[in-house]
Amino acid sequence: MTTLLSLSAISKTFDNGLEAIARIDLDVAQGQFLSLVGPSGCGKSTALRIAAGLVAPTRGTVAWPQGRPQVGFVFQDPTLLPWANVAANVRLPLDLMHMNKSEAEDRAARAIKRVGLSGFENAYPRELSGGMKMRASIARAIAAQPKLLLMDEPFAALDELTRQALNDDLLKLAREDAMTVMFVTHSVFESAYLSSRVVVMTPRPGRIAADIHLAPPPERDVSYRLTQEFADAAGKVSAALRNAMQAAA
Amino acid sequence: MNGALKYLLPAALGIATLALWEFLVRHYQVPIFLLPTPSAIWPAFTENFVSLMGSLWVTLQVTWIAFAVALIGGLALAIVFSQSRTAENALFPYAVILQVTPVISVAPLLLIWTGYEHVERAAVIIALVVAFFPILSNATIGLRSVDPGLVDLFRLYGASRWQILWRLQFPGALPYILTGMKISGGLALIGAVTAELAAGSGTATGLEWRVIEAGNRLEIAKMFAALALLSAVGIVNFYALTGLEWLLLHRWHESAVKKQG
Repeated sequence: MTTLLSLSAISKTFDNGLEAIARIDLDVAQGQFLSLVGPSGCGKSTALRIAAGLVAPTRGTVAWPQGRPQVGFVFQDPTLLPWANVAANVRLPLDLMHMNKSEAEDRAARAIKRVGLSGFENAYPRELSGGMKMRASIARAIAAQPKLLLMDEPFAALDELTRQALNDDLLKLAREDAMTVMFVTHSVFESAYLSSRVVVMTPRPGRIAADIHLAPPPERDVSYRLTQEFADAAGKVSAALRNAMQAAA
Repeated sequence: MNGALKYLLPAALGIATLALWEFLVRHYQVPIFLLPTPSAIWPAFTENFVSLMGSLWVTLQVTWIAFAVALIGGLALAIVFSQSRTAENALFPYAVILQVTPVISVAPLLLIWTGYEHVERAAVIIALVVAFFPILSNATIGLRSVDPGLVDLFRLYGASRWQILWRLQFPGALPYILTGMKISGGLALIGAVTAELAAGSGTATGLEWRVIEAGNRLEIAKMFAALALLSAVGIVNFYALTGLEWLLLHRWHESAVKKQG
């Protein structure tokens, strides 16, 4: 097991005195699909932003034993540039990294195709549905070919069917690109469906309450949601979450 | 039908008003040095066509030069403010003083400095002063109003300050900047006439001077002709900027999208 990312003794207190994370020690192995689950405000998004380097921890260290890889980030909102069409939005990270134009265009076109947005290259964000905007946001993240994909409750605002479709597409993309994924969610079922590992956090200030390893079949579809295996996985996560809440109360 | 009506309705209203005006002035025999009939204004316009067009050109030049300088200067200062709170804290109060001091009260002072033989210089300065602030304040707010999520995204990919400014802050500020430009376009014209109004004499040759001159001679019809031209300048400026706004925003910004239909 190769460690890709190592969070050691991370804590975070914001300038306004809010203690978001009490202490987190977490090693993320290459190839894992790791979900961070916990109640609202437990610091799971902050942990993700610390991993991305967007927020500095108050104490503790973020280490990359293999060197810092290309990191992709998908936010809760699609955060697309409203004045740019889908193609330009997906190309943005490549433009910011000064990639040459034709290669950037090729890569963006491929990413758009992979998320199923072919034909919408020239559409503007306001013309897209919520699910399509999220697809564009995912295309933008994978266009830069990240080794690590960080996702902050990306599907929370979507309807159930769209969410399930995006869950399956995400698993396929992660598998094809051998991406490691850190996925923040407050949905027990979503974490149980997607993950090979679920880290449950306590209410604020966040600590790790449980670290659950799951072994779902590599290829899943809607029928997996009806299996005993899935029910057991969801049961485990759910029980751990309930324990974490009760311990805090 | 709806589209044609949008233009026909105000046109019909305008024609009806002119007809009523013509009728009332004739019926009550209002003296021509108080209120001329519309039919008397047109000859005043054609008879003074050359001088009016010359004055129009002077006023347009003053307005446009002042507007262009205000736009460039306002944007440049707004960019400085967006990069440095210190600069904003130091300079903004002075921008406010410039804005709140009634410009017409400063005009006589400026005229002494530029000299009454160069009223157009005072006109440009006054127009610039009044046109500057709306662009500065709107652009500053616009450059600040960035989606923090997008800033995070740019930072994640190692974007430089410059990239954040040109690829994120500036396009995001466009709706604000265009609003500022529409306000400033109108104010620049007011500034341009203010200097001539304050000068009252001298070498002024803009449209406002034609208004004053005609007023002194009780040529009210000519006064109306010059005033109509001033209105026309304001209208053209406003709709040119509205068109520019539509051009830049209609694909993505809700304010412009809705106008489409």
